[in-house]
Amino acid sequence: MIIRILNENQYIVPSLYLDEINEIDNEIVRCIAKSDSEGFKKKYAELVEIVRSNGIPMDPATIKESDLIIPPADVTFEEARNIFIGEGLIPG
Amino acid sequence: MGLLSRLTATIKAKISKLLDMFEDPRETLDYSYKRQLELQQEIKKGIANVVTSKKRLEHQKTKLESSVNSLNEQAREAVAVNRDDLATLALERKKQMMNQIEALSTQIQDMKLEQDRLMDMDKRLATKVEIFRSQKETIKAQYSAAEAKVRITEATAGIGEEMADVGFAVQRAMDKTEEMQARSEALDELIEQGVIQEFGTDKTRVEMELEKIKDEADIKRELEIMKQEVKR
Repeated sequence: MIIRILNENQYIVPSLYLDEINEIDNEIVRCIAKSDSEGFKKKYAELVEIVRSNGIPMDPATIKESDLIIPPADVTFEEARNIFIGEGLIPG
Repeated sequence: MGLLSRLTATIKAKISKLLDMFEDPRETLDYSYKRQLELQQEIKKGIANVVTSKKRLEHQKTKLESSVNSLNEQAREAVAVNRDDLATLALERKKQMMNQIEALSTQIQDMKLEQDRLMDMDKRLATKVEIFRSQKETIKAQYSAAEAKVRITEATAGIGEEMADVGFAVQRAMDKTEEMQARSEALDELIEQGVIQEFGTDKTRVEMELEKIKDEADIKRELEIMKQEVKR
């Protein structure tokens, strides 16, 4: 499975991590709903760490679509919240 | 829907809009390539903005640092003439400036990170644009083959994602430089208003008082000399 960390790189991550990633994703959503920015930061760092440490960075000379696109490692709580409302992160 | 799937879906929707823009898929390739070249210009502009903003902050930091040195000197002079009140005032102002310097250092560091990020992405995009250009020509040459359409979709979707990523980084950097600009202007204003008095342009209260003390001493001395002369 190809995962892109925005502003960083694409990683080839074994699919067996998908459940773990989904679990953290759900917790992140809960953090956003509760406006728990500290919890969000911690959880998101965990998620990025899973991708970075278990994934193989993709060769920049490859052009391939990702299966999953995740926010930059230094995404702010406000930016994450914006993904849920209105235009999302990517304008236009 | 989770945060990640939502973000992925948003980006993919934008790419699929791009794929649906033209009837002839070959036009999609050419249009996408044109957008890539434009985006390369945007990223260069973004880097220039970040560098300018960083330089401005560095300049302000240097100015504040020299003020700190002057204030230190003034505090010493004030202590020498037993004016603890003036020394305290100078030290208070110095503390205020040190806090500003610390904040500026963080902001400069932040701008440096933005600059590195954009430069990395610029390099990566350049590689991909080059590959895309040669792929595009190959695909166009084989267009009669049915699989060409699939390959066009794949190539465009892949590069479209890259473009969305770069576009987002440029947008983010621009927002940050604007924010820095506003803060930097606020600091300039603060310096002008004399809350943090800029050294060299306008005299601080401490400096004026110290000069007054020195003047008074000079006048007293001169008066003494005159008295001596008159007596003779």
